[in-house]
Amino acid sequence: MPEREIAEQKMSYRQAVREAMREAMNRDDRVYLMGEDVGLYGGCFNVSEGMLEEFGKERIIDTPLSESGFTGCGIGAALGGMRPIVEIMTVNFSLLASDQIINTAAILLHMSGGQFNVPIVIRMATGGGKQLAAQHSRSLEGWYSHIPGLKILTPATVEDARGMLWPALEDPDPVLIFENTTLYNFEEAAPVNGTQVDITSAKVRREGSHVSIITYGIGLHKSLKAAEMLSADGIEAEVIDLRVLRPLDNQTIFESVRKTHRAVIVDEGWKSVGLSAELSARITENLFYELDCPVERVCAAEVPAPYAGHLEKASLPQPENIVETVRQLGGIYG
Amino acid sequence: MGEFVMPSLGSQMEDATLIQWLVKPGDRISKGDIIGEIHTEKGDIDVEALESGIVRELRVQEGDTIPVGTVMAVIDSEKGLPPEHKAVEPESERKVEKEVSDERESELAPPRPGPPRPGTERQEPPPRPGPNGAGPKRVKASPLAKRVAEELKVNLEEVTGSGPGGTIHKKDVETAAKEREDGKRPVPFDKESMRRAIAAVMSQSNREIPHYYLEKDIDMKAVTEWLEEENSSRKVKERLMPPVLMIKAVANALAEVPELNGYWNDGRLQVQESIHIGFTISLRRGGLVIPALMNADIKSLDEIREEFVDMVMRAREGRLKTGEIGSATFTITSLGERGAEKVFGVIYPPQVGLVGFGNIIQRPWSSDGMIGIRPVMSAVLAGDHRATDGHSGSRFLEILYKELQQPHNLSHQTPVS
Repeated sequence: MPEREIAEQKMSYRQAVREAMREAMNRDDRVYLMGEDVGLYGGCFNVSEGMLEEFGKERIIDTPLSESGFTGCGIGAALGGMRPIVEIMTVNFSLLASDQIINTAAILLHMSGGQFNVPIVIRMATGGGKQLAAQHSRSLEGWYSHIPGLKILTPATVEDARGMLWPALEDPDPVLIFENTTLYNFEEAAPVNGTQVDITSAKVRREGSHVSIITYGIGLHKSLKAAEMLSADGIEAEVIDLRVLRPLDNQTIFESVRKTHRAVIVDEGWKSVGLSAELSARITENLFYELDCPVERVCAAEVPAPYAGHLEKASLPQPENIVETVRQLGGIYG
Repeated sequence: MGEFVMPSLGSQMEDATLIQWLVKPGDRISKGDIIGEIHTEKGDIDVEALESGIVRELRVQEGDTIPVGTVMAVIDSEKGLPPEHKAVEPESERKVEKEVSDERESELAPPRPGPPRPGTERQEPPPRPGPNGAGPKRVKASPLAKRVAEELKVNLEEVTGSGPGGTIHKKDVETAAKEREDGKRPVPFDKESMRRAIAAVMSQSNREIPHYYLEKDIDMKAVTEWLEEENSSRKVKERLMPPVLMIKAVANALAEVPELNGYWNDGRLQVQESIHIGFTISLRRGGLVIPALMNADIKSLDEIREEFVDMVMRAREGRLKTGEIGSATFTITSLGERGAEKVFGVIYPPQVGLVGFGNIIQRPWSSDGMIGIRPVMSAVLAGDHRATDGHSGSRFLEILYKELQQPHNLSHQTPVS
């Protein structure tokens, strides 16, 4: 019996995000894109290149440098029945829009007694590693995932970059999508016609029995590399891509840790009071008696991102740090 | 502080001579350690420390004969030790290390010593002293390791941790359990379960095994004299004692009467090729164990002595290996030191024979038409009548008798078979 083939093509993460937006706009005329430089300039990271020509300036809207203003517009449009995709250049500038996101979008459904939901999708680039210095290099997605009322997505693969947008647009509530800047050039084969992905679960990206490495975004790629290095050493790491930071998929995480009895969390955000702390707490609260060693975390150094390349690299988790941390886990050998 | 006094090893014992000390002032000793050797009427005996601590003073000279109850040594018990000697040291070191290692934390921390910062590592209270005065040993085991240890009935204090700073992890517990199974680890003793085990196996024996008993008195003059002479040229630690010769003689006799060396299984006798002599050892805290001296027929007296001494010591300390416990092919029970003249033993199934030795006593004895006083020991063979008949048992006792008349041969003889 011939196997059913799924057509795949090699595509960059950037292309995948663009294809996802094009597909959504073709599919639903309530969908439009607004943000700084998304039209004429083709997007700060070149994501929306060609879309102005394809969809016209009514649906690809260049905004002034006013994150609070245009995010608020997006919220209003969503309330009015549209399905806006608001692009904020990077998470660092989203701080200017955080009042709209946290104080309006996230709570309106609650404050209106369930009358007004806000079906907005806000995309933003996140992360460091490109020598853009302290004010452009933060990973604040963990910070947003503190907020009830928001869904936080972190596509780490081309497939997720391609597939997460549509279900996000279909979601009746605000969804924030964080795209790591270092991933835009990442290429891999992905299904041609965006197969559906869910925006509720974490995924095991690599199976292993000795340790669970729990991560997301660019951390996934560093962790997979670390897992290969560890494998040469006889240690098989299971790598979990969280995909959704809020609400967290406890079940997938716990199943894995129940199997491996060890957990290492890799997060380019800061350790203190961060997502990694939340994950560690959940694991310890729920699986204390399954743990064979303390939960460990590999996170960004607790400093503003350095500009100098070697310092920036040193300040972020690297596969070598992950490998080192895993090797020192109690009981990992033998 | 504790005083170590000359123990009484029986109601008639009045005094004993210190042969040698095995510790010196300043040595750290644990309860159960052999700290010296004394000579009593009943032979040379190892004396055990009754508490843990540090030897402060030895008050008796080697060679001195002293009455029971005399203070022999002064021991600083754990309880009395200054706190810096206690086992909490590594713990506090670790804590400091941890604080210093986290640069960020220490940078923000108030200068030490200071009150604990909220949200930072909690100061653990110092360990409470245990009932024996010794601080409880803090076992650092992972939650999973603890759970697995409970399931596998492994004592975490006996597990070697492989993790950083000796932390114990699941695989360490599993390794310990496996080693115990393979006989490399001590078997934990528990008085009640031991009693139950003895009850079960002895009941089974009496229920299932039709015992026959044969008795023979053995002239022990040759053995006693030979031992005396042989031992006069040996160092204290290398002296031979009667059980060593008995084990060897029994093993040799079994080599000639192999049908007594085996197991009754599935309705038939399975003769065993190897001769592993189980030796009943009464424990001071009650109960008994029967470790086996493996391949006694092909071992020299010195090999047997060495293993026997080691085995008895470990049996009393509860450190026998499982391999030693289940593998005897024949058992010796000897109540010699306790003064009973005869012992009619109960066979340890699935074995098919057991010989019981009584005390060596001076008795009128006729030999070569003369009546004299001889040291005599009773040997009673218990045989499983399903496996053998009295004829085999009789031959066994006959050969055993002969073996014990020629002790010099035992020292350099391997069985004929």
